[in-house]
Amino acid sequence: MNSDFTRRKYVIISIFLVIGLVYIARLFYVQVYEDKYILSAQNNVIRKQIIYPTRGLIYDRNFNVLVANDVVYDLMIIPNQLKSIDTNQFCNLLNISKKDFLKYYTKARKYSPYKASLFMGQLPKEEFSYLQEILYDFPGFYVQKRTLRRYPFSVAALNLGDVGEVSRKDLKRDSYYKLGDYIGKSGLEKYYERVLRGSKGSEYVMVDVFNRVKGSYKDGRFDTLAIQGENLYTGLDLELQAYGETLMQNKIGSIVAIEPSSGEILSLVSSPSFNPAMLVGRKRGKNFNLLVKDSLKPLYNRALMASYPPGSTFKLINALVGLEEHAITAQTKFSCEGPESTPIKCTHYHDTPLSLVYGIQQSCNPFFWQVFKSILNNPKYSNTHKAYEKWYAIVKSFGLGEKFNTDLMYESRGNIPTAEYYDKLYRGRWNALTVRSLSIGQGEILITPIQLANMTAAIANRGFYYSPHLVRAINKPDNYTLSAKIKNNIPVDKKHFEKVIEGMEHVAEVGGTAWRASLDSIIVCGKTGTVQNPHGKDHSVFIAFAPKENPKIAIAVVVENAGDYGGTWAAPIASLMMEKYFYGEIKRKKKEKRILDADLIPR
Amino acid sequence: MRQRKSIYHNIDWWLVIMYLLLVSMGLFSIYSAVYNPEHPSLFDRSQRYGMQFVWIATSVILAFIIMMIDMKFFTSFSYLIYGVAMLLLVAVLFFGKEIAGSKSWIHIGRFSLQPAEFAKVATNLALARYLSGLNINLKKPRNVIIAATLLIIPLGLILLQNDTGSALVYVAFILVLYREGFSGNFLILGFVIVILFVFTLMAGKYLVLGVITAITIVLFLITQKVRKNLFTLFSIFAIIVAFVFSVDYAFENILQEHQKTRIEVLLGKKTDFHGAGYNVHQSLIAIGSGGLSGKGFLQGTQTKYKFVPEQSTDFIFCTVGEEWGFLGSSLVIIMFITLFIRLLYVADRQRSAFSRIYGYGVASILFFHLAVNIGMTIGLSPVIGIPLPFFSYGGSSLWAFTILLFIFIKMDSYRLELL
Repeated sequence: MNSDFTRRKYVIISIFLVIGLVYIARLFYVQVYEDKYILSAQNNVIRKQIIYPTRGLIYDRNFNVLVANDVVYDLMIIPNQLKSIDTNQFCNLLNISKKDFLKYYTKARKYSPYKASLFMGQLPKEEFSYLQEILYDFPGFYVQKRTLRRYPFSVAALNLGDVGEVSRKDLKRDSYYKLGDYIGKSGLEKYYERVLRGSKGSEYVMVDVFNRVKGSYKDGRFDTLAIQGENLYTGLDLELQAYGETLMQNKIGSIVAIEPSSGEILSLVSSPSFNPAMLVGRKRGKNFNLLVKDSLKPLYNRALMASYPPGSTFKLINALVGLEEHAITAQTKFSCEGPESTPIKCTHYHDTPLSLVYGIQQSCNPFFWQVFKSILNNPKYSNTHKAYEKWYAIVKSFGLGEKFNTDLMYESRGNIPTAEYYDKLYRGRWNALTVRSLSIGQGEILITPIQLANMTAAIANRGFYYSPHLVRAINKPDNYTLSAKIKNNIPVDKKHFEKVIEGMEHVAEVGGTAWRASLDSIIVCGKTGTVQNPHGKDHSVFIAFAPKENPKIAIAVVVENAGDYGGTWAAPIASLMMEKYFYGEIKRKKKEKRILDADLIPR
Repeated sequence: MRQRKSIYHNIDWWLVIMYLLLVSMGLFSIYSAVYNPEHPSLFDRSQRYGMQFVWIATSVILAFIIMMIDMKFFTSFSYLIYGVAMLLLVAVLFFGKEIAGSKSWIHIGRFSLQPAEFAKVATNLALARYLSGLNINLKKPRNVIIAATLLIIPLGLILLQNDTGSALVYVAFILVLYREGFSGNFLILGFVIVILFVFTLMAGKYLVLGVITAITIVLFLITQKVRKNLFTLFSIFAIIVAFVFSVDYAFENILQEHQKTRIEVLLGKKTDFHGAGYNVHQSLIAIGSGGLSGKGFLQGTQTKYKFVPEQSTDFIFCTVGEEWGFLGSSLVIIMFITLFIRLLYVADRQRSAFSRIYGYGVASILFFHLAVNIGMTIGLSPVIGIPLPFFSYGGSSLWAFTILLFIFIKMDSYRLELL
């Protein structure tokens, strides 16, 4: 009997107890003290699935849908959960090479091995329905529904803008976005991104180790619904925009049409234009490169960004300043020596001496040189500098030389030179003669087509304008935006406008410089311009509004390198645009054909 | 008639009740771990819980049979039973089927049997039989060698099956030997070996050698006067140095790659959440996410959704930890420790040395399983695949544990008949 060792029982019991206590202590640490395991458990099981809202639609002024949505499917990958799969079969299904497969996989893995990222974007519906049936063979992949932009009409690409994958910078700037999300890249899509995007919803589901969904987490208590993006109601007129783009085919330039009473942009054409659908879907990157490399720069929004000397169209402004400053009256007559005139020649043959209305109709350079000289030498002011500052202030009040800062992306400011600029340039010694080019809209002065159109609208309104804007309302057609209501007044008396408008009326009549712009029953008021271009043929410019009373449309047309007077190309384009706007159809087929056939691209 | 009545009267109901409680808790844990909503019945035999119910029912029948068998059967035939078990272990090497790298299963028709599980019972019987013999003294080398041989034969055979976990269980018998007079120094030695092993791998052999040398010099200076100890001191020093070098060598050259990684992960030298560390990491997540009071029955996500591997067998404790939290898992540990202490108490009241030694064997085997199995799930011991007694899914292990325990209960009920 080994009963001598009875006491050893206690050693053994102690060992049992020590192990028991150590384990309980360890359990206390792991289960009660340490929190990280609870988080890890949630990471294991709970998957947050994003519900993407549909992006807001964009309408034209007659409620035609300009930008709609298409449903597409993104193939997502969670690299960690990838099991050994039949890569060959998978690649065949997606019609990609094994090299591509590795490339996409590596990219996803680099972003995060355990978070979902985009494997292949924008699968069409047919591919998706096939894929969905066999996807369970490929753990680690799943399909995410997304919406993509669709353009029922191929118009206004630059105005509407485009949508693309978020950049690294976007991700850093706004935590709303996750890799692979879409964001407005330009135009209205960019400016109204926050309105259009809506807000993502999320759904928490529980998954097992094979990433199979097992049910919603806590009966969806933490789920949020996606909020659809809001719709944009623009002032664009689909038909007018489309017609403008057609007329501008094979020409470089822009057309801007504004509704004077509201500042709503009816059409904003920059030519050459392109099909907005080019920048949607898988071919976006390739097409974008094509557009960037195009020598005619279709991505350059000339209507907003190109600035030109306004040429003779600017004579209207000088006339208004002259009248307001009492430097001239409507009856003041100046004589014209035709081509022998100094310091600026006249290019037209007309009666002389002539007063304001006839001067405008004939676009007489010597007449406007005299007007400008009278403004700067106005005895009201002690010197040229002061007189110029007054001229400058009134010119600027037409919205020239400044951005409108509404919803137009990438505007140029243009340029109205300041008195200080000339002081510096001529070391303080300058007068009307030094800066005489300004009298006929040449020289340092630069104006964009949108500013030109807005200036026309201001004249049409006889002294005020609403800042031009594309979107008039958000969500509901009558929920007007703030930028749609910015009214600007011009410190020029209404009666002076009437005189200038009288001159503009004669421009578009037989005998005027823009007889090609006339319409049958509607009085069109216009002004031609020829912009000297040191780099090539002159640009053809025309501004107009109609009808004379209660104007409905103000328009500016610039055709680059048309090599002729404003009346030859720009005026008939403006006239056709107005005919389209007022009658909805073109009766003057011959005139239309002349424009459509014209190829004015310098080669 | 009289005998049967006495059997029931002398049963230690505490042990029986604890057995039944643990087995039922195990059944519900398995139900929860592999719950299949399409087969919600606990008794659906297409599911593991349905099968475990069958194993439990047959175990109860086995328990009844054991209670009916004459006590003398176990004493008289203990060597025979041992012999048969060893033959089965050999047979498995020839006829066994390899599952998950181990060749430890014999298939008889639709049933498969794991002889290693039953070998524990047989070894316990044989060891008890040998140690209870007259004139056996564990201070005598000859007796120690024979006792050790009884253990090393099954251990070696199971190692040959490549089932390291089941083989290591025989280390537990060191507690039995200790209780029966084997020198306590061996317990301490075992402890020192483990400490040295861990520190050598964690801190590197040169640091450990430095510390050991420093301690030896200090001891030498203190004990200078006692010259006769000098030899012992330097021998111990030499042995330790040799051991430290051999640990390093053994680790690099003898251990298999997966064993090396498991140990490195355990020692925190490697973090590999997707390879070798995956099981332990997921197991810790499951248990740790249980919190104080757990997620509730069938509410555990980590085990149910299969993040924890082997969730119904080796890692069944994860379900307990996740669904019943700290309170539930502590309770399970307390119940086990209580069972072990009760076993020791019952063992010590035996008049026959055979029964006492057998009882200590039962407690030691169960304790070793508990310590390694739960230790593995909470990251305190390496991943060694042995079941948690009464909890883990499996017919062989449940039957073996039941037989192991009920032979002892039978012995205990017989104790009054002895005189």
